[in-house]
Amino acid sequence: MNRPADNTLRIALSDAGISRRDFLGFCATLAAAYALPASSVIVIAAALENASRTSVIWLSFQECTGCTESLTRSHTPTIEGLILEQVSLDYHHTLQAASGEAAERAREESMRANAGKYLLVVDGSVPLGNPGYSTIAGVSNFDMLMETAKGAAAVIAVGTCAAYGGLPAAQPNPTGAVPVSQLIKDKPVINVPGCPPIPVVITGVLAHFLTFGTLPELDGRGRPTIFYGESIHDRCYRRPSYDQGKFAESFDDEGARKGWCLFKLGCKGPVTHNACATTKWNNGVSFPIQSGHGCLGCAEPDFWDMGSFYKALSMPATPVRKAVAGAAAAGVGAGVAVAFANRAKKAAAKAAHETVKVEDLTKKP
Amino acid sequence: MSGLELLTWARGPGLVLAVGICIFGVILRLIEILALGRQADLASPRQNSTGSGWRTIFTRSLPPPGMLRRAPLTYLGGYVFHIGMAIAVFFFVPHIELFRGLLGLRWPGLPNPLVDIASIAAIIALLALLVGRLVDPVKRLLTNAGDWLAWALTFVPLITGYSAYHHLFENYTLTLAVHIVSVELLLVLLPFSKLFHVFSLFIARWYNGEISGRKGVAS
Repeated sequence: MNRPADNTLRIALSDAGISRRDFLGFCATLAAAYALPASSVIVIAAALENASRTSVIWLSFQECTGCTESLTRSHTPTIEGLILEQVSLDYHHTLQAASGEAAERAREESMRANAGKYLLVVDGSVPLGNPGYSTIAGVSNFDMLMETAKGAAAVIAVGTCAAYGGLPAAQPNPTGAVPVSQLIKDKPVINVPGCPPIPVVITGVLAHFLTFGTLPELDGRGRPTIFYGESIHDRCYRRPSYDQGKFAESFDDEGARKGWCLFKLGCKGPVTHNACATTKWNNGVSFPIQSGHGCLGCAEPDFWDMGSFYKALSMPATPVRKAVAGAAAAGVGAGVAVAFANRAKKAAAKAAHETVKVEDLTKKP
Repeated sequence: MSGLELLTWARGPGLVLAVGICIFGVILRLIEILALGRQADLASPRQNSTGSGWRTIFTRSLPPPGMLRRAPLTYLGGYVFHIGMAIAVFFFVPHIELFRGLLGLRWPGLPNPLVDIASIAAIIALLALLVGRLVDPVKRLLTNAGDWLAWALTFVPLITGYSAYHHLFENYTLTLAVHIVSVELLLVLLPFSKLFHVFSLFIARWYNGEISGRKGVAS
C-alpha cells in the first residue's frame, strides 16, 4: 500500500476524530451493498484513503439544498461528508467560500484541467420554460449544464429533482422543469433519486468510482441496482403485519403504537424502490416507517402527483364521486331514451301486426 | 409509459373513466330491461304465490336433485370460482381500502394467506371450467365469443392480482398497474357483456320464480 499523502482521507478522518474501525465499518457496508467479498473491504479502504483526488463539480439548479444537507449534515462528522470533501470538490456554490466571478473561474479552471475526467454532480431540475427562471452568475441552468457536462466523465443526478424533475416538475410544472437525463444523452447519467437521497447511496456511487474507476451497475431508470433494486415494502420490518392483516388505522391508535403496517395510512412502500429500509437514516438509526410515518414514495418519478400522501395505494388518486354522479345521470337519460325507443318499436310492431283470419289459412298460395 | 405512470393513470383518470362507464352502462341496461315490461297476466293465480320470486333467487343457486352428480364440474367449479373470487375481491385489505375510497364503507379484511388460498382456488376453478367447456362438445357448441370474452375479462384480473401479490414478475409496479387496468377493462365491459349477469341474474330469477308461482309451479 502506498504511503498516503497528507491530504488523504486517512488524515482527514483522523483529524475529524473518526477511528479506523469506523472507517472500515463504512467500507464493509459499501462492500456488502455491492455484494463484494469480505476481502474487498481492505481494497475499498485503501482506494478511498489514497484516492487520487478526483475532481467533482457540483451544480445546483432548481432544488432546495436538501440533497447537500443530507450528505453533509445527517450526523457529525460524517464519513460520507468527509469523502465528499476528499474528492476535489472544485465547485459547489452552496459549500464554497468563493462567490461571483471567482467561483465561476474555479469551475472553468477545473473543467479545463480535468477535461474528460471530472465527475459532474447535479442536484435540482433544469427549467426549460424560460432561461430566466433559474440562473447562476447570469448563466441559465441549461447553458451551465450543457457546458459543464461536455468534459465530464459521467454525470450523477442527485435527488429526485435532478433524476426525475421532482417538485419543480409537479403538475402543472410552471417552469417546464426536466431531469438531467432528458438533456444529457452522450454521457453516462447515474440517477440517485430520493428527496433527499440517503447519504450512503450518494457516497456509495462516488466510492465505487473512486475504488474501481467505473460506475456501479444501473437499472433501466439509470439507478444503481444495489440500492434501488428492491422496494421499501419488501424490505420493511413491518411487512409481516401487512401479511397478517394488521394495520394502523390512524397515526395514534393501538395498531400504530404496536408498529403495525402503515398501508392504510398511505404508505407508498410497495411501489417505491430505495434502500431506506435496509441502510436507514441518521447513521442507521431509523427510517420514516420506523418513525411511524408511511413512505411518501420520494425516490419515484412524479411522486408529488401520485395522489394524497395519506391515501392507501389502492384508493382512487383523484375524486370519483362527481364522475359517478354524472355517469348515473347520463345512464338514466340514455336508459329512458332507449326505453322510449323500444316502446315505439313495440307500438309500431303492434300496429303493423295483421290478424290472421280462418280464410287466410285456407287460402291457396 | 413506465409502470408507475400507468399505475398513477389507473388510480386516477383510468378509474374515473372505468367507474363512470360502468355506472352509466348498468343504469342504462337496467332501465332498458325493466322498461320493456310484461303484458299483464289476466288469469287468476293458481295458488298464493307470495314470495315465490324471492325464494327462487336463492333456490336456483342449489343444484336440482341429481344434477350435482351429472355435472359436478359445472356446479363445484362454479361455487369455488364465485366464492373464491368474492373473498379475493371483498376481503383483501387493499381492496377494502378501494371500496372505502369509492363508497365510504369499510369492513374487516382477512389475513393475506387466506385471501391467497381463495384466489388460487378461484384461478384453478376458472381454468377447470375453461377446460370443461373446451372438452364437452355440447358446451363448446353453446359457447360463443361473448363467453370467451367474459372468461378472459374475469381471469386476467385474477391472475395479474395473484402475480402482483407474489411478485411473479420483476416489475411489481407494472404488474400492479396492469392488474388495476384489467379490472377497469372488466368494469367498462361488464354492463355490455355476459358479465351483466351480476345484476340481471337476480331480476331473471325473481321473474321466473314469480311467474311460475302464479302458474302453479311452486318454487
